[in-house]
Amino acid sequence: MKNRFFAGMAPVAVLSLSLFASSALADVTIGVTISSTGPGAALGIPLKNSVELWPAEVGGEKLKVIVLDDAGDPSVATTNARRFVNDDKVDVIVGSALTPASIAVAGVAGETSTPHLSCSPVPPNISKGKWTFVMPQDAGLIARNLFAKMKADGIKTVGYIGFSDSYGDLWMGQFKAMGEQYGLKVVADERYARPDTSVSGQVLKLVAARPDAVFVGASGTGAALPQIGLRERGFTGKIYQTHGAVTFDFLRIAGKAADNTIFASGPAMAPEALPDTAETKPEGMAYVTAYEKKFGPGTRTQFGPHINDAMAILKKAIPVALKKAKPGTPEFRAALRDAIETGGPFPASQGVFNFKADDHLGLDDRAVVLFTAKNGKFEITK
Amino acid sequence: MIATFLIQDGVTNGAIYALLGLALVLLFSVTRVIFIPQGEFVAYGALTLALLDGGKVPATTSLLVCFGAVAFLFDLWSMRRGTDIRAFLRSLALNLVLPGVIYGITIVLAPLDLPSVAKALLTILIITPMGVYVYRIAYRPLADASVLVLLIASVGVHLAMMGLGLVFFGAEGLRAEPLADDNYTIGALMVSAQSLCIYGATIAIIVGLYMFFERTLLGKALRATAVNRLGARLVGVRTHLTGVTAFTLAAAIGAVSGVLIGPITTIYYDTGFLIGLKGFVAAIIGGLASFPITAIAAIGVGLVESFSSFFASSYKEVIVFGLIIPVLIWLSLSGGFHEEE
Repeated sequence: MKNRFFAGMAPVAVLSLSLFASSALADVTIGVTISSTGPGAALGIPLKNSVELWPAEVGGEKLKVIVLDDAGDPSVATTNARRFVNDDKVDVIVGSALTPASIAVAGVAGETSTPHLSCSPVPPNISKGKWTFVMPQDAGLIARNLFAKMKADGIKTVGYIGFSDSYGDLWMGQFKAMGEQYGLKVVADERYARPDTSVSGQVLKLVAARPDAVFVGASGTGAALPQIGLRERGFTGKIYQTHGAVTFDFLRIAGKAADNTIFASGPAMAPEALPDTAETKPEGMAYVTAYEKKFGPGTRTQFGPHINDAMAILKKAIPVALKKAKPGTPEFRAALRDAIETGGPFPASQGVFNFKADDHLGLDDRAVVLFTAKNGKFEITK
Repeated sequence: MIATFLIQDGVTNGAIYALLGLALVLLFSVTRVIFIPQGEFVAYGALTLALLDGGKVPATTSLLVCFGAVAFLFDLWSMRRGTDIRAFLRSLALNLVLPGVIYGITIVLAPLDLPSVAKALLTILIITPMGVYVYRIAYRPLADASVLVLLIASVGVHLAMMGLGLVFFGAEGLRAEPLADDNYTIGALMVSAQSLCIYGATIAIIVGLYMFFERTLLGKALRATAVNRLGARLVGVRTHLTGVTAFTLAAAIGAVSGVLIGPITTIYYDTGFLIGLKGFVAAIIGGLASFPITAIAAIGVGLVESFSSFFASSYKEVIVFGLIIPVLIWLSLSGGFHEEE
């Protein structure tokens, strides 16, 4: 009898305890899910490192940050997001580093009415979601800038080589959608996988098609493989790389083969080279200085700044939302979402975010700079 | 013209797959282990060489010391019911002194700008003992388990080694400097010295393995174990010794493959798995038993890969791994089903 009584009382006790806990913790809680292991580790690790640079409090409220690893796996990302919402009662979710995992997180965020800042590009149907905001530059924005540069360089025919996954398809899709507008004709479409040991076959076919230029739709050091292959086979034309390739590891691996190449990038890779009037310069300088002080010179990446930018937005949006409701409540989450959507423009390191109800990408041409590589460094080009 | 390039590329990659396939066949026939982590030795080898090129002390050396220490603890545990001093000293020398000495050598040599051949040899010296410790830690306690249990253990070892690779080498890829930088023009073909090294090393290892199995007592003991474990044991072959030898050889072959492939492509902590799988395709075509068929099949895999990357790059992996299906059908129809022992 006595046992039964206790068994019956236990849930009540737990409930009152958790009620007590949630009322005592009025801090703003942020759940971060990123891929610090698995195939997305090269992207996820700088993101995770950047979280360590977040401030301890915003608008007088303490920040409670929970970081979980999703290994780039959508099902793990879903579990993480549900844990954030159900157990940790987060006010905002940040992540993930890979597109499939971010789509999964966006699903949970939309269902539970939690603001979500994605650190990877997502397809248009996801970025139209009410609760999801996207930090990285979308492919269309980058492609427009690269295509315009190609047109200015007098390029007519393009050979394409990209990853045999959604990242590779994404850029080919941009050519199909906008290539004609810029007078570009794709004469070869080749694919490879990041762990491939050789791209000789694809490179031979590209060279045989005699394009004016080659466009590489790949990321990280994986983008260096066709770059080196093309130069080895004597391709002297211009090569265009996406912002995914702009890492110092790429330059280290490609070495001299990186000459005569145009890279699209976010401004946070070289804030030093920006004019003082650039709105992205103060955030970019602050972030890069802090990051390289902690993790060593030359460790900055294209991806880490997205975490900084998420905080740049939250720094402005949280105080606005705090005026309307208390953290940990659905009202606060709704207020935070509204503050992100309408509170812009947010100058950040990778661009100036100005979200609207029908635009959760929020970036414009200020978020893209073009680089060339020289002596193992990226230099801004016109 | 294009075909000659493709053939050359295919044969170069095929030679690497052949080395891996041979190691897999060797291990399976002697220990019945389907050794999935073989590719990890390749990645470790390539990454170690790339770090040595940068004048750094590769993390694999400290990993080696840790592996040795764990293996020593395993030995201590199995000696807990009393032991003779000689076995203890032998374990001490093999598991603690040897990695310590290699660690010391690497620390001294790494900052010196050694010639690339010396770096390659140092890499092989660092990686090879790992085979001994992997066998001691993961497989020796399971020596009499079924093929399936050993396979599951292999999956575990593979995941562990890949995870350690991520911790120690980081997520981004590395590329080593070539052993020799020259290029030779033979007719229309441009042959790099590195690919000549690959052909030479593959042929040397195949000949070396042949001599080892035909001419030495230890090699014959390995063959005996491969034919029949129980029978070999009855005539006095120590199956643990043959197991250790097989794993050491496999790790050495993996390290050599890593040294050869590191300079021609970018290697990531997880690249080894895919390279290993392609060697595995060749080993399967060889029925996990025949060395010559495996070697020829590996060259075939390389050629198919290189031609399919030219004609249908999006479907390359599908075509390469699809090769295994007709072979499996043929093997299961012709060979009938038989379980070992």
